[in-house]
Amino acid sequence: MRVLVGVKRVVDYAVKVRVNPDGKSGVDLSNIKMSMNPFCEIAVEEAVRLKESKAASEVVAVSIGPKQCTETLRTALAMGCDRAVHVHTGLRTDYMELQPLSVAQILEKVVEKEEPDLVVLGKQSIDGDCGQTGPMLAGLLNWAQVTFAAKVDVNDDKSLLVERETDAGTETIQINSLPAVITCDLRLNEPRYATL
Amino acid sequence: ALPQIRCTSSSSSSSSSSSLLKDSTFVPPSNNWPACRKDQSSSRTSLSSPSSSSSIHTNHFSTATNNNDTSSSSSSSPFPHLRPPNIKDVHIFQKIMNYRPGSVITTLGKQEGIEDEDEDILKRYNVDWTHRYQGNSSLLLRPQTTNELSQILSHCHKNYIGIVPQGGNTSLVGGSTPISNTEIILSLEKFNTIHSFDTDNGIVTVDAGVILSTLQSTISERYGYLIPIDIGSKGSCQIGGNVSTNAGGQYYYRFGSLHANVLGVEVVTAKGDVLDLMSCNRKDNTGYDLKHLFIGAEGTLGIITKIALSCPKLPTSRQAALLQCPTFNDVRTTLSTAKEKLGEILSAFEFMDYEVVSLVQQQQQQTVLIEEEDDESDNPFFLLVETQGSNSEHDREKMEQFLECCMEDGFVVNGILAQDGKQMEEMWNIRESCNPIVKADGYNYKYDISIPIPEFYDMVEEMKDHLSTNYTTRSTRTVSWGHVIDGNLHLNITTPGIFTEDKTLTEVIEPYIFESVIRRNGSISAEHGLGQCKNNYLPMVKDATVVMLMKSVKDMLDPHGIMNPGKFLPSSSSSS
Repeated sequence: MRVLVGVKRVVDYAVKVRVNPDGKSGVDLSNIKMSMNPFCEIAVEEAVRLKESKAASEVVAVSIGPKQCTETLRTALAMGCDRAVHVHTGLRTDYMELQPLSVAQILEKVVEKEEPDLVVLGKQSIDGDCGQTGPMLAGLLNWAQVTFAAKVDVNDDKSLLVERETDAGTETIQINSLPAVITCDLRLNEPRYATL
Repeated sequence: ALPQIRCTSSSSSSSSSSSLLKDSTFVPPSNNWPACRKDQSSSRTSLSSPSSSSSIHTNHFSTATNNNDTSSSSSSSPFPHLRPPNIKDVHIFQKIMNYRPGSVITTLGKQEGIEDEDEDILKRYNVDWTHRYQGNSSLLLRPQTTNELSQILSHCHKNYIGIVPQGGNTSLVGGSTPISNTEIILSLEKFNTIHSFDTDNGIVTVDAGVILSTLQSTISERYGYLIPIDIGSKGSCQIGGNVSTNAGGQYYYRFGSLHANVLGVEVVTAKGDVLDLMSCNRKDNTGYDLKHLFIGAEGTLGIITKIALSCPKLPTSRQAALLQCPTFNDVRTTLSTAKEKLGEILSAFEFMDYEVVSLVQQQQQQTVLIEEEDDESDNPFFLLVETQGSNSEHDREKMEQFLECCMEDGFVVNGILAQDGKQMEEMWNIRESCNPIVKADGYNYKYDISIPIPEFYDMVEEMKDHLSTNYTTRSTRTVSWGHVIDGNLHLNITTPGIFTEDKTLTEVIEPYIFESVIRRNGSISAEHGLGQCKNNYLPMVKDATVVMLMKSVKDMLDPHGIMNPGKFLPSSSSSS
């Protein structure tokens, strides 16, 4: 099984953002620390674990954004991904220009080229907070989707048993046959450190 | 229990003095200033071979004092020149502070045996963070203004009442708690205003009672500047206490000591005079720079009420890496490589040994670098390297070059480069957890020493050997960490599971460890200060003339000896 993981380069979660003084151009992003979206870290960790448990044969990371996205992709590689794809764009990816539907359409094209059996994404990004890319991508591809995954188990017959978070508790969904899209929630795993 | 002040009833025969301390040549000074004055020609108390020097020691301290009561019961006060506070003093203090609720906390004038909220509050202020030192003060004052403080001190000075100034009560040498029931505790916690910030110069004017972490977050969030010190106790310690103890911390290398960063102070002297040494100018060469006397004086000369502190700009780029080295020589090579390759962006370089990192990992149940199968002997040294700068691309590149160089040449065998703010916080959390984790392990025999970097770890191994040969009563754990870039080692010995002091173990460790430090040309107290823990060792590390000069300064500024008695300077039976 080949797994495609989406990773987004966002403002570091620990940074205290400031709005630009003109009140119109959004958040001041100059010189600010950027890192991998925390939910994307969880997605990478889960994909790498799938590879370590031999359920997956290859993990490919993909990121959309400026040239600094290669840093984010290198982190994904250091965590255990095999390959990385960088879709270069000069558009702002913090919702001010590039938005979830466009992102889903770009990822759809990447899926066409890479032909993964499973796409793993973070449930939302911490800059846009939309939580839409995963479901939209599944819709465009006409694939099964499970969002807010808190546990993913691979059965012997290659079906996936996924526990997902809901407002009322957890819901367990069985994905009988791939391909599928899964978006990851906080409880799923604790991402590893990328060692030197 | 009162702290261990080892007074010796020294006599002319050397046998009695050496019986107290096994195989040790050093006889700690007893309560007598005149003895030092007698022998001004010699240098500090020497530590040569037992036979020759023991007679010299007994000559130094031959005037055995009458206050040699080592049993130190509460009935005989360790400060005969001071009187304890009484109910009349309480009324005067209440009046000074306008009968403000919470300003005077006392058990005086209250019936014994009846539960009182004040008694519980006093208990907190009477015990130090390490739980080694327990005072018995019956009176706590919490003034709110410099004026109130001045009136309080004036009254205490006239009436010979001892005062223990207290900030966050995070002292690691028992400097912030009373020694007996005669002193009163004077808390600075109500002095908590951040007055102003000069954005052109980066100078903050702040009250002494502001908690360090509050000051740090306010200055960084509101103005984008950084407070130049950072220490593990920042959530509780106050900036006034930091200045009074000349606290060090992890950014000492980068920003220098508080002597360098404090531009001005406002001090209330022991007599109650308010000294305005506040200067908000970066440069001010006008007269003797008296503020330096108070910085690091540990509250024995006066109380600092306000501080003008110079702050650097908050770095926009911070990188951190946790590294693992096989030998201490590799640590040294990594250090010099860091200085060379990281240059001006290097901000911190901290050391932790295998044992303390695995203790922290165990407690936090998080595998960072040590896997379960790891063998300690393989790669026992951990380093936390941090950089701060204004351009993250530039810094990241330098960091990556530095790490590549270290790993290629093999002096770093494993490591993690923090990918985001959260990982950086986690790394610092490991380093800052060393102290609390060790405290939870057992009774701490804590030593904060400066050692020349080449001998840094030799010191730890020497102590381990010394303990295994000389102490077999129970198992001990020796862990070490520290600001290796400053040559500052925090050596901690614990008795796992046992939380009370074993005096025989203390005697095995001290003064052996201090003798070793002095032999290696180090310092017996790098940054923690003297307090009531190491004050009696001062004559061991400073010449008699120097100690006398210090005492003269103390007598000049605190003629009645009320400020933090029994601390900092070697304890004396009477003031001048």
